[in-house]
Amino acid sequence: MTVHNLYLFDRNGVCLHYSEWNRKKQAGISKEEEYKLMYGMLFSIRSFVSKMSPLDMKDGFLAFQTSKYKLHYYETPTGLKVVMNTDLGVGNIRDVLHQIYSYIYVEYVVKNPLCSLNEPIQSELFCSKLDSFVRSLPFFSARAG
Amino acid sequence: MSRPANRRSENPKIDWHLPTISSSASAHHMSRELFVLTYGALVAQLCKDYEQDEDVNKSLDDMGYSIGVRLVEDFLARSALKKCRSYSETADIIAQGAFQMYLGVTPSVTCTNAKRNEFSLILDKNPLVDFVEELPAARSSLCYCSLLCGAIRGALEAVNLAAEVTFIQDPLKGDEATEIGITFLKKVEDKKKKRNK
Repeated sequence: MTVHNLYLFDRNGVCLHYSEWNRKKQAGISKEEEYKLMYGMLFSIRSFVSKMSPLDMKDGFLAFQTSKYKLHYYETPTGLKVVMNTDLGVGNIRDVLHQIYSYIYVEYVVKNPLCSLNEPIQSELFCSKLDSFVRSLPFFSARAG
Repeated sequence: MSRPANRRSENPKIDWHLPTISSSASAHHMSRELFVLTYGALVAQLCKDYEQDEDVNKSLDDMGYSIGVRLVEDFLARSALKKCRSYSETADIIAQGAFQMYLGVTPSVTCTNAKRNEFSLILDKNPLVDFVEELPAARSSLCYCSLLCGAIRGALEAVNLAAEVTFIQDPLKGDEATEIGITFLKKVEDKKKKRNK
């Protein structure tokens, strides 16, 4: 069980942060294009999901999985999007993504007056706290799962 | 690991109790008096910096806006609320959730128009004016708490709800209670970022 990588987007599509822990294959395009691709996909899938839902929507798009990995998605009402790719053994981790939002993003970015929102996060403290948080997750193991 | 934040509403302390997950994110207690006096000092300094009352009001409103944009993230993080389904639900959350969490008071909410997009929050006691009796004669159009209006406006904009927030009744100008009016304007839609071709 492992975490492959993590993206943080703001409401305008700017990629605020990206970290990877265990990624065997790169996308083959530049990082900028990758972020735009990821954000565009998320935006489209969210509106698709809400349009095509046969029932009233509660939480919207939560996750998708392939035969090799699972992509988890969490969005706050302020438009901050947390995207985490893990392997298939991981269940519903919305509460983990919420914790990344509330205990790391809000604490170390929002509350820091020197960190401007809507720009990629420069804070080293944020990066290290995020890294140690993810490494401490029960489903994270340094060896590829 | 995720403990809900304790919300003890104690007088006179404002209890900003952060969940204890690490030694740095521990419980913060701040004396209410310190907060109110700091706000008063801020307004006093702005009055020294600007001659016109409108400039002071605008400055407070802008500061409040910047505060609101960030404060809403903290509020959402600690209350874990989902999107509100109606304007009246939003107004209720502002009054019972946010005001209670950050100022320790709960205003009452009334809807003031048939279209259900104008609301009034009425506070019997506004903690920010605890030590202010009346406005000085030279500053009669000063809106002492415009930071609050700016904060509410900023917070609502951060969740894509454009609104106008103003003071309808102000005890420093002779009214009995504090009344804040929120008018929700048309919703701002999420725009997809244009791709650079």
